[in-house]
Formats: sequence, C-alpha cells, structure tokens
Amino acid sequence: MKNSIYLSIGIFFGITMYKSEAASWFRIYEMFNFQAFHMYGIIGVAVVVGIIMVQLIKKFQLKSFYGVPITFNDKEKSVKRYLFGGIIFGLGWALAGACPGPMFTLVGAGFYSLLIVIASATFGTYVYGKIKNKLPH
Amino acid sequence: MSLILEPWPWYVSGFLISVVMFVLLMMGDQFGVSSNLRTLCTMCGIGKKTTFFQFDWRAEKWNLLVALGMVIGGFIGANFLSSNVGVSISPTTVEQLQEIGITSSDSHFLPTELFETFTLKSIVILIVGGFLVGFGARYAGGCTSGHAISGLSNLQLPSLIAVIGFFIGGLVMIHLLFPLIF
Repeated sequence: MKNSIYLSIGIFFGITMYKSEAASWFRIYEMFNFQAFHMYGIIGVAVVVGIIMVQLIKKFQLKSFYGVPITFNDKEKSVKRYLFGGIIFGLGWALAGACPGPMFTLVGAGFYSLLIVIASATFGTYVYGKIKNKLPH
Repeated sequence: MSLILEPWPWYVSGFLISVVMFVLLMMGDQFGVSSNLRTLCTMCGIGKKTTFFQFDWRAEKWNLLVALGMVIGGFIGANFLSSNVGVSISPTTVEQLQEIGITSSDSHFLPTELFETFTLKSIVILIVGGFLVGFGARYAGGCTSGHAISGLSNLQLPSLIAVIGFFIGGLVMIHLLFPLIF
C-alpha cells in the first residue's frame, strides 16, 4: 500500500514535470535568458503555496497520515557549502538542461540519452562523497 | 481533454508541485529527488569505504519509488497526454538558439542536436552536465526540489543561498560559457 502511494506520487510528479515543460532543456535555457515568465511562474507558485502549506501544518500541528506529528528540521547554518555547491549545480543544470527530477521523467519519455546524464550525476555524487572532507563547508 | 493535452500553464503546474510536497510531508517524508543519487551509490556498493555512503539504503526505498514513478509519469505524459511535442518557447529564444545551431524547439521536447544526434561534443556535454548536477546537489545538500521547493517553503536561509547559487551557476553557464561551447 505504502509503496504504491510513493509510486503514484512519483507518477503524478513526473506527468507534471513533463506537461509543465519544466523537464525541457528549452525552458531552462529560456529561463536563464529571462525570456519568459513560465519557469519563474512555476517555481514562484510552488513556493508561495508551499509556504502557506508549511505554515498551516505548523499552526495546526498536523499529524502525518500515520499519526506522527510532522516536524521540520532546520538546515545546518553555513554559507560556503550552499553557495559553492549551488553554483556547481547551476552550471550543470543549465548545461544539461535538467535537474535530478526531470532526468528520471525524461528517461520515461523516451530520451534514453538521459541515462548517460543520470549515470554521470551518480558518479558526481560519488566523487563528492569521496572528497567531501577536503571541501570548504 | 484538449486542455490536458496542451502544455499545462505555470499556475497549474506550480500548484501541483506544492501538492506533491504536501503529500510527501503527510507521508512523513521530505520532498527531495537528488538524495536518490546517493542512495544509488550505496546500493551499487561503490561507496563501501566512504562514511558518506554508509547507511541503510532500504530506509530510502520510498524515495527510489518516487523516482521510478517519475519515469512512468514521463512515459504517460509523453505518450498519452500530449498532442504536440514541440515546446513553445519565446520567439527571441528560438532566434537566439538558431544562431548557435539549435533549431528543433518547434518539433521536439529536447534539442535533438544534444540528446539524439551523438557527437563527441554532445556526449561530453551530457557527461559534464550530469557530473556537475550530481556533485553540486550533494555539496549544496539538495537540488531544485530539496532547496527551491522544500527549503524555501520552510523559509530556510541556507536554501535561499543555494538557490542564489543555482542561478549564479546557470547564468554563468548560459551567458559566459555557452558562447565558448557553441
């Protein structure tokens, strides 16, 4: 049961990524050129509605479907790791035109070359894990 | 039905993404796709000697199921819910892309020049792009879903810094490096 819910959430999200065109390299290129509002609208609405949802969860101390109180962990305070890591991520996002979610969606949509991107992203994660202690965080 | 077959407007899409985040919170989990890449490393056993990859990947199985669902969602979206595969980006963008030799936006979802016609250059672009995404996402502790959606929704300053980083990187790539690459 639980497994099928996760799978369904993924299917729903994958369809949304494809149908919103957020999974399209063209939309990412257009976004970084500030030539359309589309991507900013998507992220903007998701964040504004998201903020309201999180505030409501906190205000009404909502419990999960399984009766456990929903908690939020504050992210570790730092500037370096978020800024440096973010910049590296952004360079790749603009080059490949896909962030991790859309990579999976695009494989399903029939773009098998994204398997190269996923394999390479997994390798990038591996290299990060290997040299993590040598990087400023 | 024709409304579904058309590309979905930003306000519908943005709202649906926040619903995904909400349902995952209600399941007792956090929305974030890129941690799956770390889980994949551990599953493959390639990180046995590295503490960063020493965790029980079964605890993250739920997130892998979400990723698997995304593959299926992409299949459904592309094969059953779309009437036209082109992406209607702005005319200025189309012109600008033509100048660098990319002309497939009216008939394809991704530029065929990069994702279907394999040249040494296009393969290097896919490999380097993927590497930077995977490395950067873990360094920053999250990607677009974990920081831009989950983190900003919870008003996390670190996530705002990460998102600013995403944009610095993206702008540098498109405006400074693309002219050298293409």
